[in-house]
Amino acid sequence: MSKVMENPRNAYGETLVELGKKYSNLVVLDADLSKSTKTVIFAKKYPDRFFEMGIAEANMMSTAAGLASCGKISFASTFAVFATGRVYDQIRMDIAYSNANVKIFATHGGISVGKDGASHQMIEDIALMRVLPNMMVFAPSDATQTRRLVERMATKYGPMYARVGRASAPLIYKKDDLKDIEIGRGIITEDGYDVSIIACGTMVDYALDARKLLSKESIKARVIDMHTIKPIDKKLVLKCAKETNAIITAEEHSVIGGLGSAVSEILAEEGCPCKFRRMGIQDIFCESGEPKDLFAKYGLNANHIAKTVKELIK
Amino acid sequence: MNSHNDELIKKLDLISVKIRKHIIEMLYKAKSGHPGGSLSAVDAIVTLYFHHMRHNAKKPDDPDRDRFILSKGHAAPTLYAILAECGYFDVKELNGLREINRMLQGHPVCQHIPGIEASTGSLGHGLSFANGVALAGKLDKKDYNVYVMLGDGETDEGQIWEAASAASHYKLDNLTALLDRNFLQIDGNTEDVLRLESVRERWSSFGWKVIEIDGHDIKQIIESLHEADEGKNQPTMIILNTVKGKGISFMENNVDFHGVPPNELEYKLAMRELNALQGKLEGF
Ligand SMILES: Cc1ncc(C[n+]2csc(CCOP(=O)(O)OP(=O)(O)O)c2C)c(N)n1
Ligand SMILES: [Mg+2]
Repeated sequence: MSKVMENPRNAYGETLVELGKKYSNLVVLDADLSKSTKTVIFAKKYPDRFFEMGIAEANMMSTAAGLASCGKISFASTFAVFATGRVYDQIRMDIAYSNANVKIFATHGGISVGKDGASHQMIEDIALMRVLPNMMVFAPSDATQTRRLVERMATKYGPMYARVGRASAPLIYKKDDLKDIEIGRGIITEDGYDVSIIACGTMVDYALDARKLLSKESIKARVIDMHTIKPIDKKLVLKCAKETNAIITAEEHSVIGGLGSAVSEILAEEGCPCKFRRMGIQDIFCESGEPKDLFAKYGLNANHIAKTVKELIK
Repeated sequence: MNSHNDELIKKLDLISVKIRKHIIEMLYKAKSGHPGGSLSAVDAIVTLYFHHMRHNAKKPDDPDRDRFILSKGHAAPTLYAILAECGYFDVKELNGLREINRMLQGHPVCQHIPGIEASTGSLGHGLSFANGVALAGKLDKKDYNVYVMLGDGETDEGQIWEAASAASHYKLDNLTALLDRNFLQIDGNTEDVLRLESVRERWSSFGWKVIEIDGHDIKQIIESLHEADEGKNQPTMIILNTVKGKGISFMENNVDFHGVPPNELEYKLAMRELNALQGKLEGF
């Protein structure tokens, strides 16, 4: 059965318009990438509340914070690589330290950026944002979840960072699903008791595919969609450790500092209650190429997950 | 100009057409990449590598070489095609642009590609990097020159203006910046996105010598580079008035061809136009 695809970027742009209708204090900023991040959809509808900042990301972040200090809900968007590393000090001082109501929504995260190459493949953003006090961090897995999380981002106060990929992604949830999604509460997307695959973003779909592969060999995997990486759902992680006795994390991000680190920190402090592996980019810069070839070469597709599961629980 | 110079200009014009053909081939094959800003940058970079700069493809690490830094890294196809034609690597590499397990990455990487001086692609860094290379040249009492190309949209970045201050503060007369003034970035016209004018006055108020030319006129490019090298006690900015997508009628001044490669029909039309231009140049 072929999967229904939808681009999370479009979901973001469309949700901004809905939110813009509801909240007259919602403003959007972009840095010469509005056609790619899809903030252009908002810009067309609410030109007065859209600020084109040009290719000047540092200025954009501090400006977003200034707007927020006057009661605006500021959404600032660009590619993940320019939305984090490029502007780290601006985020740290003006957004995180100031506890500003700024929502950084980044697109083109991870290696699925593809052919633009390693310069544009942001695999450290989750780590960079996770270490900042006050900052909440999300990696939605499909367009539906993107919609619901963007809604939550607008209504809950505080600095937040969300990242999606460039490519269209298979729909994991139906358009009206996830009405009760909560920041900081992971989702058991499929249940099982032999292993838990805790994934975020694009890797959730790969984990679901891996689960199918494993079920042919009578291995029942639980798939957790950990859309919020901070605050991490500690209760759910420990529940998985107890009930499935083995955990694998999977993320389109460096294995250092992201979801895998967050989960391992919990497990280590609880005395390492289960077997554990981190899957992600192994501390290297990748390269240009088709996304699916990159996932294969860098060990991040369904086959790799299934293989890692078998090695871990054997 | 005398006939010797006419020959030279004709030679460089022909090389520029050849490079444009490479660019179209590469982007068509890669099915991704940036045609507009690659095409507008061709004539100036061709003139640098095939006429003006002292460099030797056999000795890419020669400490005395002149340096070129492509700050607007998305024009990588232009630089790759020129480096290949100069002999820095096999022309066959060009057909692997942006493919997995191949050398030529979507944006320039100095680690893995001979002739690339700086890894770029995140806009706004190149001028600062070039300042560093120019400062090292002064420290080491070398007489090499440093050339750096910036996009006009790229100069939205604050770092460009930090670097502009530093270059003039340190009197980097061994540094020449070339601004690809094509008036377009991604979201539209540069003046609508974030006004840049007056570009000339901005740079001169930062202490730079400013020259403004037609960025597709080889004769003017040659002359302005000489004039820039002669500058004393200050860096030079050459504003290249260019056309984004230059050389392909339907790409010219068309913002939609910033980051979208030609499809099959567009590829054929583009090659037909370039072949016709080549024939015309060879004929006269
Ligand atoms: C720091 C940074 N922000 C955003 C981008 C995405 N981007 C790539 S090209 C481009 C537009 C560049 O416009 P310009 O400098 O005028 O280049 P040209 O017209 O010569 O292609 C943008 C915004 C980037 N590469 N780097
Ligand atoms: Mg431009």
